[in-house]
Amino acid sequence: MASPVVDVQDLRTHIVTRWGTIKAVDGVSFSVAAGETLGLVGESGSGKSMTCLSLVRLVPRPAARIVGGRVLLDGEDLLAKSEDEMQQIRGRKVGMILQDPMSSLNPVFSVGMQLREPVAMYHHLRGRALTVRAAELLAAVRIPSPAARLRAFPHQLSGGMRQRVVGAMAIAAPPRLLIADEPTTSLDLTIQAQYLGLLKELQERHRLAMIFVTHDLGIVARICDRVAVMYGGRIVEIGPVRAIFKSPAHPYTRALLEAIPRLGARRERLTTIEGQPPDLAKLPAGCAFAPRCAHAVDRCRVEAPGDTMLGPGHATRCWLHVPA
Amino acid sequence: MAADPAGGTLTLPEAPTRPAAGARGRRLPLLPIGIIATFIVVAALAPLLSPASPYEQSLRHRFTPPAWEDGGAWAHPLGTDRLGRDMLARIMYGARVSLAAGVLTVLLASAFGAAVGLVAGYYGGRVDAVLMRMTDATMSFPVILLALILAVTVGPSFFNVVLAIAVILWARYARVIRGEVLTLMELDFIAQARIAGAGAGRIITRHLAPNTLNTLVVLVTLQIGYVIIVEASLSFLGAGIPPPTPAWGSMIAEGRDFVTSAWWVSLLPGLAILLVVLAFNLLGDWLRDTLDPKLRQL
Repeated sequence: MASPVVDVQDLRTHIVTRWGTIKAVDGVSFSVAAGETLGLVGESGSGKSMTCLSLVRLVPRPAARIVGGRVLLDGEDLLAKSEDEMQQIRGRKVGMILQDPMSSLNPVFSVGMQLREPVAMYHHLRGRALTVRAAELLAAVRIPSPAARLRAFPHQLSGGMRQRVVGAMAIAAPPRLLIADEPTTSLDLTIQAQYLGLLKELQERHRLAMIFVTHDLGIVARICDRVAVMYGGRIVEIGPVRAIFKSPAHPYTRALLEAIPRLGARRERLTTIEGQPPDLAKLPAGCAFAPRCAHAVDRCRVEAPGDTMLGPGHATRCWLHVPA
Repeated sequence: MAADPAGGTLTLPEAPTRPAAGARGRRLPLLPIGIIATFIVVAALAPLLSPASPYEQSLRHRFTPPAWEDGGAWAHPLGTDRLGRDMLARIMYGARVSLAAGVLTVLLASAFGAAVGLVAGYYGGRVDAVLMRMTDATMSFPVILLALILAVTVGPSFFNVVLAIAVILWARYARVIRGEVLTLMELDFIAQARIAGAGAGRIITRHLAPNTLNTLVVLVTLQIGYVIIVEASLSFLGAGIPPPTPAWGSMIAEGRDFVTSAWWVSLLPGLAILLVVLAFNLLGDWLRDTLDPKLRQL
């Protein structure tokens, strides 16, 4: 594989609260190559979004702090950059699409004004050339009659349209890495499918490395090349989509896959995962999933497992797979 | 759907016709706008419109009643005061002082207050705590007292009045705008702007400030009336605009010893204050309802 666009090594982000320190991201490592899509899957509070925000150094301050690790973007460590340097990297090198299209555009400016702002910032364009480029971006995200839409205000657009505009802003540079944090969660299914198609298309055109955060394994199967399953701030299993769907190794991954309803399946009841997502302030000493795991043994409760390689690029953190 | 037992035709409730576009709160409040416009024109063109000089004394004609009263004359339509100065002229020139003080004070206070609110809301944490404690301290200081101190130490003047009120008034803007900013900061477009590489300055000026403009306009309008009253109170107490400049507050003060014999000297400037303040308040209420119904608490 070519050298990765982004290489995250042992990333740690802690949140200090009244109830103790939450290890929201606890030693996460992964890499994404150009043109590749990594799915980041897990329950709410598993650390997916915090991982993404850590990559662009926008964790909510002052409570949250990145306390360790490295984030190499084209070989340069973003965690070692100054805030001014980060501002040059955000948007230009790393684009991001957030979940809620209803609030991700500024309500008092037209689409054109909002789209021209980053374009002017990245490309130093002005006047006519700037407007043309903005219209091109809208056309690139398949918005019909883009020149006219530049004059529209956010409230005049549907959720799907707005999310396209946000997409257009995210690829304005275009960046090297695109982070999509549940971008389709609030869209209807048909719009969702179109949007995923669009993201794929943009990714191919610009050879973007993409991190796609979701809790929908259906989407993962459709657009991701590799997937990382997060639980309690750690990646418990990572590997090629095909390998993970065919032979999930970690009990949590297995449980997630079994919880997907399938048409025509004989099973009468959906399998659910017993228990609650872990309280991140009081994580057990061992494996975070141990309290809910049907296969947990004594060792799981006292000692956290390390990575075990299961195949090419397929690793898990589970004692069950560690040869004794 | 429930079956119709009578087997008759199913009558649907009539579809509601569209309510008259923005039936409530949308029609321009012509009365307040008219009053304010009139006073602005009168203030701006006072030298042209005024029937007489507001300073020219004529002791022989002192306490001439308004034209429609017994003993009145059209030479002085609203009568004269204790020094025989024309009341109409003085009220017209007084409008200049009141409006100028109102607008200037509120502009100063809102600019400073909004800036403090934006910075406090954006940075949060310690910056916010310090700025908000300053705001609290400011709000606990009585305007009148500060103006009296200034009047006694530096001497009363138009700019001291403006300064004294603005120095206290900004706190209210800071507090309201900060609250607004805190809400805005939670919205994704701020996060999105940061992700696009926007710095603090750009986010504050391009994203936060324009979104607080509605609130600011409403607050400014409502506060102009308040400032006019405060200025009048100060002038009444002698800590405001120094004589002989005609100011409504000092005119009321001058006439208060003669209310039983010459009611117009106090009453007419009082009426002018009432009209202008009421007009600004009505306009402010209308703006609030039209721009943002969420702002009911202002």
